[in-house]
Amino acid sequence: MIFGRKKSESEGVDESSILNKETEGLSQSQIVRKKFLQHKAAMIAVFILSSVVIFVFSALKQKIGPWTYPGWWKYGIEDLSDLTTGCKDGLVGCPTASLRPRWLGGAGIGLGEHPFGQDDIGRDYFALVMRGAQRSLMVTVIIGAIGGVIGTVVGAVAGFYRGTVDSILMRFTDFIITVPAIIIGSVIGFHFGNLGVAFLAFYLGLFAWTGLSRLVRGEFLTLREREFVDAARVAGATNRRIIFKHILPNAVGIIIVSVTLLMSGAILLETALSYLGFGVLPPDVSLGLLISQYQESFTTRPWLFWYPGIFIVTIALCINFIGDGLRDAFDPRQRRRITRKDRQNARIAKKAKAHA
Amino acid sequence: MFAFIMRRLGTLGVILFGSSFLLFNLAALSGDPVGELRASNEPDAEARIAQITRSLRLDLPPPVRYFIWLRGILGVFVGKFDLGQTRTSEPVAVAVFDAIPTTLRLVTTAAVVALVLGLAIGIITALRQYSRFDYSMTFFSFLLFSLPIFWVAVLLKQFMAIEFNNWLADPTIPPRAMVTVGFILGLIVASAVGGDRKKYWRVFFITAAGTVATLFVMLKINWFLQPALGPVGFFIASVGAALLITQLSVGLQHKPSLRAALAMSVLGLISYYPVNWLFNKENQPLIIFGLLLLTIASAVVASIYFAKIDRGPVIRTAVLTGILTGMLMILDKLMRTWEPYFNTDAVNGRPVPTVGQTNSLLETGDYWISLLDVVMHLVLPTIALTAISFAGYIRFSRGTMLEVLNQDYIRTARAKGLNERTVIMRHAFRNTMIPMTTIIVVDFASILGGAIITERVFGWTGMGTLFNTAINSFDLNLLMGVFFLTASLALIANLVADLLYSVMDPRIRVGAGS
Repeated sequence: MIFGRKKSESEGVDESSILNKETEGLSQSQIVRKKFLQHKAAMIAVFILSSVVIFVFSALKQKIGPWTYPGWWKYGIEDLSDLTTGCKDGLVGCPTASLRPRWLGGAGIGLGEHPFGQDDIGRDYFALVMRGAQRSLMVTVIIGAIGGVIGTVVGAVAGFYRGTVDSILMRFTDFIITVPAIIIGSVIGFHFGNLGVAFLAFYLGLFAWTGLSRLVRGEFLTLREREFVDAARVAGATNRRIIFKHILPNAVGIIIVSVTLLMSGAILLETALSYLGFGVLPPDVSLGLLISQYQESFTTRPWLFWYPGIFIVTIALCINFIGDGLRDAFDPRQRRRITRKDRQNARIAKKAKAHA
Repeated sequence: MFAFIMRRLGTLGVILFGSSFLLFNLAALSGDPVGELRASNEPDAEARIAQITRSLRLDLPPPVRYFIWLRGILGVFVGKFDLGQTRTSEPVAVAVFDAIPTTLRLVTTAAVVALVLGLAIGIITALRQYSRFDYSMTFFSFLLFSLPIFWVAVLLKQFMAIEFNNWLADPTIPPRAMVTVGFILGLIVASAVGGDRKKYWRVFFITAAGTVATLFVMLKINWFLQPALGPVGFFIASVGAALLITQLSVGLQHKPSLRAALAMSVLGLISYYPVNWLFNKENQPLIIFGLLLLTIASAVVASIYFAKIDRGPVIRTAVLTGILTGMLMILDKLMRTWEPYFNTDAVNGRPVPTVGQTNSLLETGDYWISLLDVVMHLVLPTIALTAISFAGYIRFSRGTMLEVLNQDYIRTARAKGLNERTVIMRHAFRNTMIPMTTIIVVDFASILGGAIITERVFGWTGMGTLFNTAINSFDLNLLMGVFFLTASLALIANLVADLLYSVMDPRIRVGAGS
């Protein structure tokens, strides 16, 4: 029953020849790019994530250096407008966004005055969610960047030099691992929380690189024994050149993949810390903070709970799918599914070749 | 080996020293333990500040205080282990050791469920790579990966507890919902079983019709208010367990194992009424433990009777079947406790609680009712924790299994004509478990300290709550006590993982080169 075997392994044309044909005459990076572009789920995720980023960052008014970007949404997070009353069952501040056309008995497709409703003092919830999503995305990127750089450097140095350097760096990594991220986050958040989101993310990034550095170290330990490294050394390359020019490009797959995983973990870490009250502090807004503020009102005013959650899940889900697509693209052993059409094309090509 | 362990333990001590020093000073800088009192204008504030300052030695700078704390820890070598006092002058060690059982109860159930489900689904998706089942499970696990646990918790409380309790007041299922449930279950089972198109639809229809019929019967006999397996249901489930375990461990064609396993089921049926009579006696934990020993003993006897040679696998199969049968019997007893539990004043017809670890209003001397109470309070947190962690197990076991299936020894095993069950269970599964074990050990240690959010959402008072209180009230000793326990557990788990790795995989030599 559970152990049925795939039947059609070798009927018709050999699978590997189909795959080989696809990658003939392409460089490593071209193959990776091609495989990634063919990964449907990852491409959909890229599309959704970039739309969300553009949507979220263009919505609100913000200052960038000396310039002020106006934003296309009429409310900011501090604007207090009158609470709309009596929308249904005597609730206040209901969402006005509607997807139901007028001829079906709905209010017509449109955003309305407050598409995501209003919070309890009348602030526009759409603006709050947009600002929260901006904060969460920012935290994600900063943690990813800092964790990625530190993790790569530590792992690369440890794996390349081995011996004493390796033991010291790896024990240092163990040392960082023992301090749970959430404890450090709380202590940091408690002390520096008021300095703002960027600082919080920066400090969290300083503790988020451990997993990555172990992976990179492992990769470097294998790669440094390969022939091309010996060749480079014989040709007189310095250690720095070998690390950055010869080994690092070969390890870039594993690095990118773990950084995406790091980032999707980071967005959840930020929401968790904000939920515990150690992350982003009011008056600033983050998605985790919004959820924790309004979790009690789920039964009465569920929109205060749904919208931030949907944004968190969408962003994290997209990052995870992109990471999965990248993993498949960078992994030479990973084979894509051979469809019936592929087989047919290969058979036609084979016949044409035989005739010619 | 011994030298390796000693060296690792040494490094472990150094790391613990470093990180505790760092954390102590960080935490000491993060706030003033008497700040609140200083700001207040209560008459005895001065005296209390002085008292707290004296008992926590706040007059000394943090690094010095750290060494006072460390002396207490090192006291373990001279038999005077001391984690200091909390702000309320309670020994930290007592607070921490009181919290451990709660956290363990919360974490163990979730870890076991997540592991079993995650492994099973991960391996099936690997065997059915690129199938519909694989794609939907991949999506599902990514979705679970991306959920904040407190968000899930609120949804669970609403839909699994509040709405379910409301529904229990008058359990009816509209026919359309029944058909939908059957349809979805049919799709899942059919795509997991796989096979060609004809088999797919046959499995689909059998599952869907079976589900609808079962739901219908359950409603008719009012099963949701008076659940029970009964001797017949119990026997059927037990035989099912026997067949499944035999198929997975040695294959159904291995007659001695099959006979021994089925004998355990029959034995279970024969002892159904006597055991239930025993279940109503005093001193239940002892009786259950005794019954467990009796089960194992009879399983060994049965397998010795049925198998003349190569008894190891037979004994294993029979013991596993026996234990599962015993668990089914306990499940049956718990189900029959449901109705009295449901009708107690404290529960009052709302059996799925949203917060707390036990119902404090429940006053009962009955072992089974209080056990059911504990179980019911575990339901929601376990679902939430399981949902979060088993996504990782699915991804990891699928990846490892795929890698193993591509190895040469799998091809060799197939080439020499072994059947598919043996190839998967003996050759592939065992090798998949090697990297899995290390992950499991480390994971388990880390979620002990990591259930902070779950505990808070569901109002449990375990390690996470202690830690939370410690941070919020600047209780340095309490914070360090929690940290000391979780950090040393994490480090020891890492060491155990490394050792296990070398035990299971002879290619890896511990201590070589490092």
